[in-house]
Amino acid sequence: MPDIFGMPVAVLLGQVLLGLINGSFYALLSLGLAIIFGMLNVINFAHGAFYMFGAFVTWMVMSWLGLSYWPALVVVPIVVGAFGAAIERLFLKRLYQVDHLYSLLFTFGLALVMEGLFRHVFGSAGKPYPVPQELTGVLKLGFMFLPVYRGWVIIAALLVCVATWLVIEKTRLGAYLRAATENPSLVQAFGINVPLMLTITYGFCVGLAGFAGVLAAPIYQVSPGMGSNLIIIVFAVVVIGGMGSIGGAILTGLSLGVIEGLTKTFYPSASSIVIFIVMVIVLMLRPAGLFGREA
Amino acid sequence: MTDSRERRLELKGLHSWYGESHVLHGTTLHVNRGEVVTILGRNGAGKTTTMRTIMGIVRKRKGEARLDGHDLIATPPHKVARLGLGYVPEERGIFSSLNVAENLTLPPVVKSGGMGLDEIYELFPNLEGRDKTVGTRLSGGEQQMLAMARILRTGADFILLDEPTEGLAPVIVDEIAKALVKLKALGLTIILVEQNLKFATASADRHYVMDQGQVVDEFTNERLVSDMARINAHLGV
Repeated sequence: MPDIFGMPVAVLLGQVLLGLINGSFYALLSLGLAIIFGMLNVINFAHGAFYMFGAFVTWMVMSWLGLSYWPALVVVPIVVGAFGAAIERLFLKRLYQVDHLYSLLFTFGLALVMEGLFRHVFGSAGKPYPVPQELTGVLKLGFMFLPVYRGWVIIAALLVCVATWLVIEKTRLGAYLRAATENPSLVQAFGINVPLMLTITYGFCVGLAGFAGVLAAPIYQVSPGMGSNLIIIVFAVVVIGGMGSIGGAILTGLSLGVIEGLTKTFYPSASSIVIFIVMVIVLMLRPAGLFGREA
Repeated sequence: MTDSRERRLELKGLHSWYGESHVLHGTTLHVNRGEVVTILGRNGAGKTTTMRTIMGIVRKRKGEARLDGHDLIATPPHKVARLGLGYVPEERGIFSSLNVAENLTLPPVVKSGGMGLDEIYELFPNLEGRDKTVGTRLSGGEQQMLAMARILRTGADFILLDEPTEGLAPVIVDEIAKALVKLKALGLTIILVEQNLKFATASADRHYVMDQGQVVDEFTNERLVSDMARINAHLGV
């Protein structure tokens, strides 16, 4: 195969694909963050902790209840989402009337508490989780060997992201959500229960983070710090895509994963900061983000 | 004459607040079934606040507000619409992230007897065939029609119309005036906040004048037309 900039195309394609895997997690998490920010005006710092919680619940239901990966894929997002909905009802709801900073501080504190609790109970080292039987093995793609499970992560994440986007852009429920993002008190005056919608939205987005946690369990170590490592990057993704832009969050998540992957081939030492460099450039040129509407 | 008719809305000594600022100072008024009643007054008199207080958008309130005997003060804001109240706000409230069709069908149907799409297009022909247009790309007059149309579709039979003619060209004002006459003929009960006296007197039965958060005067339409000096004194024009 030919070379591009001195790199064999096979290596490049391999990195693009690996980048897409990280990008899938960025997309799933930044999608939830973008919806929560748009609807609730909350900067949800606990999102990484919910992702970690999802991975741990996956591990717990396997170790304690013998529940395998496939049922966990359905059960865990529901459990994590219900937990999120309860947090919204009990705490966040009381903070809508005051400055954004309070909900940011609250979710940041919640993340620290959750992470601390899991570290106390399970230790920092992390727990292994097996790749499900059906998804072991590798795919021969010609330019690389792709573990089947990683291919599945990309497909599952894409499906969930696209489905979420379709619900928001094309359905009646989505129209309520978009309208309530613009003018909640008028939507309420039309007879729609906006507070209930906020609870469901928050629960759903937290459930998405839980879903990402299930997908992550067989790839990464299930460890208390896994969320806080990721959440900073995901915030950068949301800022680059434009706060509150749903499609923007998905596209930006995937493409930044790819950019990160490519940086790993060309200049590995920059790969951990390349997303932040992109963020700085985007903020200088388009402060509202690539897909954000100028205020 | 009008008092022999059934009372629908009854406000007695209604107070309301935006945060610390006390806006309504004991507003008292009533509206009977099938009436069109206007609220006149200078800017800042509390006309829009009266509507927002009835709808429950302004939450901090005291006093008595009843619709068909239901206590509006005790009704949660998302249940007010189900009593048959439809609100067309002054800023029109067309959503920019929704197209015309989505804007039109957004408010849930609250009562049977609402208009079908055919009737709506007959009333406002400008809206037909615009389904995919972004709501806020419509002209100001069309946005006003859309804001009214989406409420008429829900079957709401008590409509709060806040300054529907504000900033519109005379041709469009005429069209909206005609629509209002038709709505009255259909038996809807309407409160209208309006600065345009010609428009206000074309379909109204009675008029209230507000000043500093209180109702300070009341006219029948005949009195208003024959005694313009008195209303002009109130409005300071």
